[in-house]
Amino acid sequence: MLNLKMKLSEELFDRVDFDETRSEKVAFSNYSYWRSTVRTFFKYKVSTVLFVVMVSFASFSFLFPFIAQAMPEWEESYYNPNYFMLDAGTFNKPPSEQHWFGTDAIGRDIWARTWYGTRTSLLLGFTIAFFDVTLGLLAGALWGYVKRMDRLMTEVYNVMTNIPMTVYLVLFTYILKPGFWTIVLAMCFTGWLSIARFIRNKVLAIRESEYNIASHCLGTPLRRILTRNIFPFLVSIVIMQVALTIPYSIGSEVFLGFIGLGLPVDQVSLGNLINQGRATFEIFPYQLIFPTVILSFVTVAFYIVGNKFADAADPRNHV
Amino acid sequence: MATAQKKTPAKPRTRMKRFFQSYGFRRSWQSALTVFLVLFFVFVLLRLMPIEGYFTRQDYEIMTEAQRADYLEENGITGNPVVLFFRFLGNLFRGDLGMSFRIQPNVEITRILSEKIPYSLMFGIASMGISLFFGFALGMAMAHYKDRLVDGAGTLYVVVVRAVPSLIYLFLIQIWVTGFFNIPMTYSSKDPSTWFLPVISLSLASIAWYAIWLRRFMVDEENKDYVKFAKAKGVPQKRIISGHVLRNALVPLAQYIPLQLLLTISGSLIIESIYSIPGMGGLLIEAIKEKDNGLVQSLVMLFSVLGVLGVYLGDMLMLLVDPRIKLAGKTDGE
Repeated sequence: MLNLKMKLSEELFDRVDFDETRSEKVAFSNYSYWRSTVRTFFKYKVSTVLFVVMVSFASFSFLFPFIAQAMPEWEESYYNPNYFMLDAGTFNKPPSEQHWFGTDAIGRDIWARTWYGTRTSLLLGFTIAFFDVTLGLLAGALWGYVKRMDRLMTEVYNVMTNIPMTVYLVLFTYILKPGFWTIVLAMCFTGWLSIARFIRNKVLAIRESEYNIASHCLGTPLRRILTRNIFPFLVSIVIMQVALTIPYSIGSEVFLGFIGLGLPVDQVSLGNLINQGRATFEIFPYQLIFPTVILSFVTVAFYIVGNKFADAADPRNHV
Repeated sequence: MATAQKKTPAKPRTRMKRFFQSYGFRRSWQSALTVFLVLFFVFVLLRLMPIEGYFTRQDYEIMTEAQRADYLEENGITGNPVVLFFRFLGNLFRGDLGMSFRIQPNVEITRILSEKIPYSLMFGIASMGISLFFGFALGMAMAHYKDRLVDGAGTLYVVVVRAVPSLIYLFLIQIWVTGFFNIPMTYSSKDPSTWFLPVISLSLASIAWYAIWLRRFMVDEENKDYVKFAKAKGVPQKRIISGHVLRNALVPLAQYIPLQLLLTISGSLIIESIYSIPGMGGLLIEAIKEKDNGLVQSLVMLFSVLGVLGVYLGDMLMLLVDPRIKLAGKTDGE
């Protein structure tokens, strides 16, 4: 009895100041979400190779204009994708040392055109992905958090996603003037909805999950809940959606070019290159083959990397 | 006494009430509303179409500015969109979609459609049969040989079909295969050898779609406890696959079949165009290129309504196939 009383001295009931390092000691784990994600992603050789391909193609196409413009008299050289001489001798040349990918029907260099086109198409893809994901993220987070919005948003989602995507694409590009921003608008008009739906489901699941409720009960501040409990799950979705929207947008641009509603013909894009190459395919197959191979590499790489990253970003697949 | 009197007529009323609260009723009502909204939005948006698309080419050239304005007013193209919309709906119920302006000047659109739909329907249904068969076969093979050669090859096929823009591989197939077998490039109703390639091309994407989802659902299903239990009981593998795994994996896929069936009416824009099949998909492209507003409007609306209707029928089919949904509808959750 006496012993116990001695042990329960007054100082035991004093308030201890919060000490970050000591609290970390208790809760410490050397698990890092990003390190594990990256490690899981690069464990597969295929995804590593494709990632390298993807990054090098993308950066080369963005650097190409600078390389081209650094060339002497670039305006009058074949590094200018729109340069041509009115000389039938330069038309439809097969690949050679001077023109790695040959020349097109009016003697423009396809090598330069392909990289300029890749840049335009990637730019289009990134722009669409940016707007889609930003809007989708905001709307999805609200949709998941504000319960009263659920009904309205579900209704909007049902109405809009019931209509085939091609209908929107055709409708917008028909009504508005064909161009870069028209395609962006047409693609984003419904694109954000499916991303919002995805995010909403994830946010709902996380909000109601036991670990989040537990950490809420333990008094975790909102900032920490957001950065630790919710954010890691959403970032992976965002990156995956960006990676998957890009090949889809590039494909849609090719499709729109085919139905005559794509970018104006004087703009160099993969869609325009492919549709021009298609017309002369049987006589000059290289005019279609080279842009097609580059485009397929880019889209397949983005597609697979996006999917592999999504797998790697799922904490359940971490070691 | 009052209660005894009330009790007898109350029964049918609760049955009625249950009907109105049922999932099926709510879903039907919702779809009708969706169709209405979709028609309205498309109608209003299409008022922004380039104006020359409302005239036959000849008329547009000879008319003066004032005559054009009068013509538009007269034919119910300019004016209050809400009023115009209800007039349009009225005509729609009488089966009148208006006239084509440019493709076949002053021919009724319903007549054009009735000529075009059979082609798209024929090709669409043939390709759907093929893609269901091969898609399911591929999906089952991929699930069975998971992480082995078949699975890898199937995945490669799916990735290529989904990531590479379809225009490119469809075009290459058309050129190379027709060149190899020495058959005509474009469709001809008299020559059956030209029928196969469009059907196969139409199937490629949907085979990939069916295969990848069936594989996914089957793999998910195989890891469930009841399947493990059946295995432990000693149920033969074949019966587990056909009786348990496949049946449950098919349920979510069944939902999309009505939609796919209905959308065959709208045809494929690319395939019908490159093979010159006189169907619906090619018609839309032609109408856009010729700026035939009447036709664009009818086709866009038709395709949208088919989309809504397909999703609705899919949900209704799920109601029949999956008993769990009825339960979910009653509790009014979700």
